[in-house]
Amino acid sequence: MVRVLLFGRLRDLAAWRERAFDPDPPRLSALKALIAAEDPRLAAELDAPSVRAAVNRELALTDCDLAPGAEVAFLPPMSGG
Amino acid sequence: MIRLTDQPFDPGAALNRFSAGRLGDGAVASFLGIARGAADQAVALELEAYPGFTERQIAAFIETAIRRFALTDAEVIHRFGAIAPGEPIVLVLTAAPRRREAFLACDYLMDYLKSRAPLWKREHGPAGPRWVEPTARDFMDLERWAAPAG
Repeated sequence: MVRVLLFGRLRDLAAWRERAFDPDPPRLSALKALIAAEDPRLAAELDAPSVRAAVNRELALTDCDLAPGAEVAFLPPMSGG
Repeated sequence: MIRLTDQPFDPGAALNRFSAGRLGDGAVASFLGIARGAADQAVALELEAYPGFTERQIAAFIETAIRRFALTDAEVIHRFGAIAPGEPIVLVLTAAPRRREAFLACDYLMDYLKSRAPLWKREHGPAGPRWVEPTARDFMDLERWAAPAG
């Protein structure tokens, strides 16, 4: 089971904050394909250059393997301060 | 040190605590960010954090700032959750033997917090809530630090 977290405007767009995907998608790209199959609009946003992904709380720079039980977060442009 | 909190904090008390006993440091600089808004607004903005990850990323910025500016110490206190107009959002504290490095490190840390810290800000304006994204100015501010230090 891969746990997916959305933040900021992505959460509003998808109308969910957290979801489990089972069986585990083996790669980040496979997870995005699963999301695209059911919500193409969200998937397009996840592919925007300004959206980063973090896997197990480390920024993922490109497509990467997902270990079983991975936590994947999609992070829209950040704005603290 | 980084502290994320969903409760209002006292910046004066934090500054006093941070400054106490620094016999070797000649300089402590601070920056306080305050939520803008109208007096009749209950909530000026909301900040969403990614618990665990947000602290870790900010801690890494602090470590980099300490090395880059040869600081003795640095601390960030950052709110998340709902914030009322006039309440402190963020406090950056830096300590160094001399003032220049303390000032620069405060500026550096704020630029990183503005557009690189995993926090998402939703402002409650007259037209309703909207997610805030970094501006071109914020990215230009960050770009300044890409050049060699000094």
